[in-house]
Amino acid sequence: MNKKNTRILLIDDEEIVRESLSGWLEKDGYTIGTAPDGLAGLKAMDDDRWSILLVDLKMPGIDGLEVLRRAKEKSPETAVVIMTAYATVDTAVNAMKLGAFDYIVKPFDPEEVSLMVEKIVAQQALVRENVILRKALKREYQFHDLVTKSSAMQGTLELARTAARSPSTILVLGESGTGKELLARAVHAESPRHDKPFVAMSCAALTETLLESELFGYEKGSFTGAAARREGKFVAANGGTLFLDEIGDISPKLQLDLLRVLEERRVTRVGGTESMPVDVRIIAATNRDLSKAIAEGRFREDLFYRLNVITLTLAPLRDRKEDIPLLVDRLLEQLAVELKKPVEGVSPEAMALLLAHSWPGNVRELRNVLERGIVVSTGPFLLPADLGLTLRGEEIPAHPASLAEIERLHIAAVLKNTGGNVTQAARILDIDRVTLYSKIHKFGLKRADDGIFEPATE
Amino acid sequence: MSEVALWWIGTGDGDERLLESVRAHAEKVFRFPVRLELPGGRPEDAFDARRNQHSSHRILLWLASRRPRGAARVVALTDADLFIPVLTFVFGEAQLKGHAAVVSTARLAGAGLPGEAARFPVRLRTEVVHELGHTFGLLHCRNSRCAMARSSSLRDVDAKEPDLCGTCRALFLENADEIGDTHEQEEHADPADR
Repeated sequence: MNKKNTRILLIDDEEIVRESLSGWLEKDGYTIGTAPDGLAGLKAMDDDRWSILLVDLKMPGIDGLEVLRRAKEKSPETAVVIMTAYATVDTAVNAMKLGAFDYIVKPFDPEEVSLMVEKIVAQQALVRENVILRKALKREYQFHDLVTKSSAMQGTLELARTAARSPSTILVLGESGTGKELLARAVHAESPRHDKPFVAMSCAALTETLLESELFGYEKGSFTGAAARREGKFVAANGGTLFLDEIGDISPKLQLDLLRVLEERRVTRVGGTESMPVDVRIIAATNRDLSKAIAEGRFREDLFYRLNVITLTLAPLRDRKEDIPLLVDRLLEQLAVELKKPVEGVSPEAMALLLAHSWPGNVRELRNVLERGIVVSTGPFLLPADLGLTLRGEEIPAHPASLAEIERLHIAAVLKNTGGNVTQAARILDIDRVTLYSKIHKFGLKRADDGIFEPATE
Repeated sequence: MSEVALWWIGTGDGDERLLESVRAHAEKVFRFPVRLELPGGRPEDAFDARRNQHSSHRILLWLASRRPRGAARVVALTDADLFIPVLTFVFGEAQLKGHAAVVSTARLAGAGLPGEAARFPVRLRTEVVHELGHTFGLLHCRNSRCAMARSSSLRDVDAKEPDLCGTCRALFLENADEIGDTHEQEEHADPADR
């Protein structure tokens, strides 16, 4: 973790102690705050998050042990260290009983303080790493995983939080990569159904018949290869939440089937005759304009109204650029753990580049760019060159160009961004890999020696 | 204007050869002119009789108020043992992005074990680079071989080299630029040096 993100609060009534210790720790790169007494210290805890509290034992007003007790109530994960001028075994025992991390006697040996702070930071990093890995593994996301400063997004999250408690159907709208599934998982985690399954299904990836049998299940012998009866996603999600992504892409027949399930709350397996009751909360999502699809007759209006009970709209990243630094911090922390490569942050120049980019692939693209950055970086900070981003417009020809030409350049640019990784590029472009390969072939994009695709020179 | 003044504020006149070697080394590392000068007096109020040590904080205040004209920074060397109120001792202290730094030789000589005497000049050069680095805004470095790594014991000091690592060097150049210390950078740059 970035040392700047390790925040240390010093609570001591002696100004000279606050000044000298904060000056000394500041040179380690930590963010330091000070408070002259216990009450001011506890107030600082209400206003901000602190990783470590260094608290003097003897202070006028409330003493160090009382601060420790109240601090542990407010924020159990904050490590509290008691400082004292005279060591007594009783106080030490009391402090440790109340949950102090350690107990040190003034004046401290410099090595002792350094090692202690390092030990706390390492231990807290381990706990955070554990949380990140568990989340990545179980994909348990909550609202606090959706970081935002944007007022539009905060409004969406507030509505989502309220909606989570109801059983109502939710429609999530947002461009590709804005975190629709993450939001759906957070809604599920906050809902009364959180201990029941969350099942996610992308409706765009499968053909109509396959999607039908995936959703509703099938009876043995209902089609070639149906060797045994199989339950569908509706049954798998019974009692929990079913997330249907790319709902705008389903066929008219399936739209009708889905409408029926939503109305009757019963499903019938493909090839079966008996219907069974299901209790499933539906969260549907799409990056398409459903009103337009309705106007054009491609989407059933009655299904739209069934789904559109509560609409949550996720803003594209380009409309909430104030979130980029926040997201970069959060994503770097996650990626550093996943890629097992420590990284401190991005250089100011790289941040400027990230802020200037238009992010057509939204947060997912940002994550991919940072992942590439961590992989290729050699120092503690990601530099502009590590990101593989080119400023938008740089490669777009100034003269009027054909649509195919723009497509060719855009695909080449995205491939360059992903360092030649076709899977990642396909995700950003929101097309499947096979389509991307055929476009690479069609446009004659050649893989250069460094593995990065380049437009063929004509 | 970007010069560094190097002062001996310890007992007597100090070891001239040692001071000259520190001066030349600091100049080579930071590529700013470093002048060896005689200070006007000694920081009398820095001694704490209760601790039998000198307050590095008071020394820094004294140094900053007496910085010679034309010098952006003053770095002082002393044989007095230094402390800050919460710590038992410090090898030195500097104002972060400030004008003054002080390094003590008192503990750098070690316990007089075989071979320690030979290490002393390198230790001193390392800690002078370290404290001067702070005045240029450099923080502690994670690279234990870099002069900017935190040194809480002689073992830490001995693990370091008396120079900046690549990352700190780049940060130094960036900070020097920001602080407006680019003066004579080019003139003093020695391409063969790095």
